[in-house]
Amino acid sequence: MATDPILSVRDLQVTFDIRRQGAWPWTPPMKLHAVGGISFDLPAGECVGIVGESGSGKSTLARAIVGTVPMSGGSAVFEGQDLATMSPEARRRHRRNVQMIFQDPLAALNPRMTVGEIIAEPLITHEPKTPRKEVKRRVAELMERVGLLPNLINRYPHEFSGGQCQRIGIARALILKPKLLICDEPVSALDVSVQAQVVNLLMELQRDMGLSMIFIAHDLSVVKHISDQIVVMYLGRVMEQADARTLTTRPQHPYTQALISSVPVPDPVLEKARPRMVIEGELPSPLNPPSGCVFRTRCPKAQASCAEARPEMLDLGNAHTVACPFHEVEEVLAVQA
Amino acid sequence: MFPNKQTTDTLLEAAQVAEVRGRSLWRDAVDRFLKNKAAVGALITLILIGIFALFGDLIAVWNNEEIDWGIMGQIAQKGAPSIANGHYFGADELGRDLYSRTVQGTRISIMVGVVGSVIAVVVGTLYGAVAGYFGGRIDNIMMRIVDILMAIPFMFVLILMLVIFGRSIFMLFVGIGLISWLDMARIARGQTLTIKNKEFVEAAVATGVRPFTIILRHIVPNLLGIVVVYATLLIPGLILTESFISFLGLGVQEPNTSLGALISAGAGQMQYGVIWQLYFPLFFFLVTLFAFFFVGDGLRDALDPKDR
Repeated sequence: MATDPILSVRDLQVTFDIRRQGAWPWTPPMKLHAVGGISFDLPAGECVGIVGESGSGKSTLARAIVGTVPMSGGSAVFEGQDLATMSPEARRRHRRNVQMIFQDPLAALNPRMTVGEIIAEPLITHEPKTPRKEVKRRVAELMERVGLLPNLINRYPHEFSGGQCQRIGIARALILKPKLLICDEPVSALDVSVQAQVVNLLMELQRDMGLSMIFIAHDLSVVKHISDQIVVMYLGRVMEQADARTLTTRPQHPYTQALISSVPVPDPVLEKARPRMVIEGELPSPLNPPSGCVFRTRCPKAQASCAEARPEMLDLGNAHTVACPFHEVEEVLAVQA
Repeated sequence: MFPNKQTTDTLLEAAQVAEVRGRSLWRDAVDRFLKNKAAVGALITLILIGIFALFGDLIAVWNNEEIDWGIMGQIAQKGAPSIANGHYFGADELGRDLYSRTVQGTRISIMVGVVGSVIAVVVGTLYGAVAGYFGGRIDNIMMRIVDILMAIPFMFVLILMLVIFGRSIFMLFVGIGLISWLDMARIARGQTLTIKNKEFVEAAVATGVRPFTIILRHIVPNLLGIVVVYATLLIPGLILTESFISFLGLGVQEPNTSLGALISAGAGQMQYGVIWQLYFPLFFFLVTLFAFFFVGDGLRDALDPKDR
């Protein structure tokens, strides 16, 4: 993989100001570090998966890259241009290259617009001079491509099922032929059978259109299926990062191991026999994260030294990095694909 | 008989090609509204009153400023409602035809209500949507302005304005227009705050749609349900305000009149046995208000998101 990465994220941070209720206007707001220093490279045409439980900052990371949430530090370099330092107008024009698919398929579609209008919106926004006939032709073409009947073009979103709505969302994201597609938990609101269809559709589209993708989910089994590379996040920080196969078969970080052991194995005998790693407790508040390693409060391997300093990212070679000094392989957890 | 394969194929093909017309949420709301008998009845009543106000002049024998010298001074005896002398609703204390005056008064009253609520819808919705969408400091400043305007005793200022700038229908519109959009702005802002966090707005932002296009294309259409309901319920309120002003003797200037002015005049003549001078304007006043309220209620039920 000698090609330059299409997206190169370095130490990206997103901080929100949180104002306490009823505080004086001049008291400084509290800082919430939603994403605290994430780095990864996305080679063109590949897919990087981001996993982590709810509240770990996956969606915020995606929004920072798309640009609906401002970055407060670090850089995201897309094809040689740093997104953080772009002028607003350049940024607006640039948005056609990066499109996004959302978690809640129905909420992501304006209930007062027809499907045709929804899918055409990015096209009309970025190429306002496209003749109406051409717009309609392209919308119909794309609807067919994502598996919707083109004659449904005048229907409204509430007349579709969740899976169909997600297909509409995909069509809208693809009409400008973007280079990077960010999928923010695109299947977690769907039935399992529909999940598979949508994931397969995304993989197919990725292959055919040469898309690069960032695929966010909290379900490792879905991410593993679609990604080349996986980043495991916890409380806004990277815990472990490796190619999909290594990460799912030889996880090093205790958090990754816990995540993998939570994926059920479709074989009752094996399922009973395999060791379970259950992490207890709740995600700590990002307003007041634990000192040192953020995972230490729930980590089965936590030691006194974990509270002192943030663990370094250890490079295990082969692009496998892990943020835990006590890492060790737990092969038994391996899940068959 | 089963159709042969070829026919089935062509049928299938036709089904594939023909575009299906979707049912928009508006369409659903209209259907729900039409099922509501009281609301439809009120709407028909309103349409009839509208026709009366617009075209009632056509069958009037007298116009609204003409004085019937023949009955002047003997209103109680000769000015009673009658088809024969052309005073369908009788005559007022000066011998002017009450029918054409009621037509004209209804027209003014409805116009005040409609103009006021159109201003409220246009200005209030856009103002509230802009404040809510941009949020932060812009929102704070814009809404504090609304708060300040709300704190001004509106009736007092309106009366002062009418006294200082002279009584004219234009001044009345300005006064009512200045005040009617404030509540609407608050309602629109509140709704915008919930809508702007929906993912479809984020999708539009992520696509690169400009902020004002987002407000007009994504925010305002989703606001309209509640705005329409509020506007319908605002109209009777404005008619009442105008009537109150006219009842005080300010507001509409002679020879023009409004329902409030007519009711005021009729109430003043009650003890002289010319009770029709009160009945007719009051009847149109009440019926109009009731109809607007029923239509508003029907619209609220039809557009209420809870029903979906």
